[in-house]
Amino acid sequence: MDIHEYQAKEVLNNFGVEIPAGALAYSPEQATYRAREMGGEKWVVKAQVHAGGRGKAGGVKLCDNDHDIQAACEGMFGKKLVTHQTGPEGIGIYRVYVEAAVPIDREIYLGFVLDRTSQRIMIVASAEGGMEIEDISANKPESIVRSTVEPAVGLRDFQAREISFKLGIEPSLTQSMVRTLQGCYRAFRELDATMVEINPLVITGDGRVLALDAKMTFDDNALFRHPQISELRDKSQEDPRESRAADRGLSYVGLEGNIGCIVNGAGLAMATMDTIKLAGGEPANFLDIGGGATPERVAKAFRLVMSDKNVQAVLVNIFAGINRCDWVAEGVVQALKEVQVDVPVIVRLAGTNVEEGQKILAKSGLPIIRATTLMEAAERSVSAWRSDKSLNLKAV
Amino acid sequence: MSIYLDRDTRVIVQGITGRMAQFHTKDMLDYGTNVVGGVVPGKGGESVHGVPVFDTVKEAVEVTKAQASLVFVPPPFAADSIMEAADAGISYCVCITDGIPAQDMIQVKRYMMRYPKERRMVLTGPNCAGTISPGKAMLGIMPGHIFLQGNVGIVGRSGTLGYEAAAQLKERGIGVSTSVGIGGDPINGSSFRDILEQFENDEDTHVIAMIGEIGGPQEAEAAAYIQEHVSKPVVAYVAGLTAPKGRTMGHAGAIISAFGESASEKVEILSAAGVTVAENPAVIGQTIAGVM
Repeated sequence: MDIHEYQAKEVLNNFGVEIPAGALAYSPEQATYRAREMGGEKWVVKAQVHAGGRGKAGGVKLCDNDHDIQAACEGMFGKKLVTHQTGPEGIGIYRVYVEAAVPIDREIYLGFVLDRTSQRIMIVASAEGGMEIEDISANKPESIVRSTVEPAVGLRDFQAREISFKLGIEPSLTQSMVRTLQGCYRAFRELDATMVEINPLVITGDGRVLALDAKMTFDDNALFRHPQISELRDKSQEDPRESRAADRGLSYVGLEGNIGCIVNGAGLAMATMDTIKLAGGEPANFLDIGGGATPERVAKAFRLVMSDKNVQAVLVNIFAGINRCDWVAEGVVQALKEVQVDVPVIVRLAGTNVEEGQKILAKSGLPIIRATTLMEAAERSVSAWRSDKSLNLKAV
Repeated sequence: MSIYLDRDTRVIVQGITGRMAQFHTKDMLDYGTNVVGGVVPGKGGESVHGVPVFDTVKEAVEVTKAQASLVFVPPPFAADSIMEAADAGISYCVCITDGIPAQDMIQVKRYMMRYPKERRMVLTGPNCAGTISPGKAMLGIMPGHIFLQGNVGIVGRSGTLGYEAAAQLKERGIGVSTSVGIGGDPINGSSFRDILEQFENDEDTHVIAMIGEIGGPQEAEAAAYIQEHVSKPVVAYVAGLTAPKGRTMGHAGAIISAFGESASEKVEILSAAGVTVAENPAVIGQTIAGVM
């Protein structure tokens, strides 16, 4: 789960990471009021969206006065911000963060990640802050400092000092750097984060170490023990189809194609998408309904897939292991009677009792296109989608 | 021979009184697995399908001489149960549980390292379907009847995609020595490389099938290992060619977040290491038959 910049800053600040003065606003008027309240001469207005690349996309504006702040906010509230991370449709801006501008001496990149190679928490830092880490590793790979944390003892101060010295930060600021690194590590560890990124971490003209931006991602599997983090979820930043799926315990990712997929198991779901592509089609979604594939879950899945207006055919691919195909087939038939599906439905069942399952589908009287192999299912889905499309064109 | 699991392996089930665990315990017993006990704190003295339940893994090991454990414990408590198994002297543990916090798994892996190598537990999973040595024993939730006994070693992240492969093999009359699920989580007990090493040293395994997916470095690590150390033919399929970058595809670990983690890059790396790659999931069986 992602949270907003202002939330991440508040969380990290509670662990001792210093941040510039700032305040949240839900309207342009509130933003100007907040700026006046905090004082200073320059402010930065920042769109709060769950995506990076805000600066280049116009989501961060430096302002000199009330008028600037008002104008910057009016250009943001209710608009969609399109960055290279959001996709072409963008993400809605409903909150802005107003921050006192600070004099910047140096910009540092600082990231904490779950490193899958060492299977530990890893710190990634670079003196080339302000750039994205992908660009740093492409253009200045030698500037990257890495350090992994031994889980039994946690991050040691000597490691934090090493990082600070390797970044070339002046010795008088070592203690501030150690405090910042330890703060991030403790927040990561104690709140079950999967990513903490401060980019940039700045050294100010007056010798302070401040998090100028902050991003945090949390482990969905650990939210049960952090109710205060769960409350930070902002559904306005999520794909509504994906939020709906998550609320129903289904794993769904919306894509751009027209062939909807309903599959049990994540690996088989990806493999099904790949086969559709190979057969000349484009998958409309990833959907794993889990090992169970009960009639209720199949019905939920159909409702979800059909809520995508681009879907012109639906491929159901279930490998019945512990369940039997006849039982899954009953579920599909029941779901199709409950949910109105006005596009071709292709069903491929495999595993236990497959013949009985096929018989049930055939006897149902529903216009189900049956397939026995994965390839056949994908090919039939693509041709059904094509002919359905041509029928629609004729009707027009 | 087969790896990890044999007809005589004495097995306990942690969390055996749960609905799912009871169901699969019955299935494993019917398959012929030597299930000798279960563990549920506070339910010692009860029994499930005639199998005695103990309060602690240590007690279960003392009484039954159990060697392997299957963990069916809910996510908040699963990491603790795996550590309990490691401490009690279990040598092989499979964890089925999906949804264990990643940092709990970091702790588990660190904890397992505290034992000297000769008594260090091997963990496969979590978030997997388990391990089966067809015709001998099954430690997991897979449908045993789709696996024929034979000489192909299967290692994969995904449950149902692994079934798909096994079913394609069965259709051709090809059998399996052992099939191991390493699970879909970012921090897992054993990697592809660990299992490849086992298969390379197993005389009953003649061909190795590796079923990978997007995300993480383990397929690339496996490629490097294969090139240096594996003499047996390896066939691979990598799921997720159509998966977008930066999105989690069902499995917590199935996310492309760095270079070399997409399906096409993994295919390229594996091919370069001499692995025969099945271009699509429909031809996994056919590709394996081709190298036998």
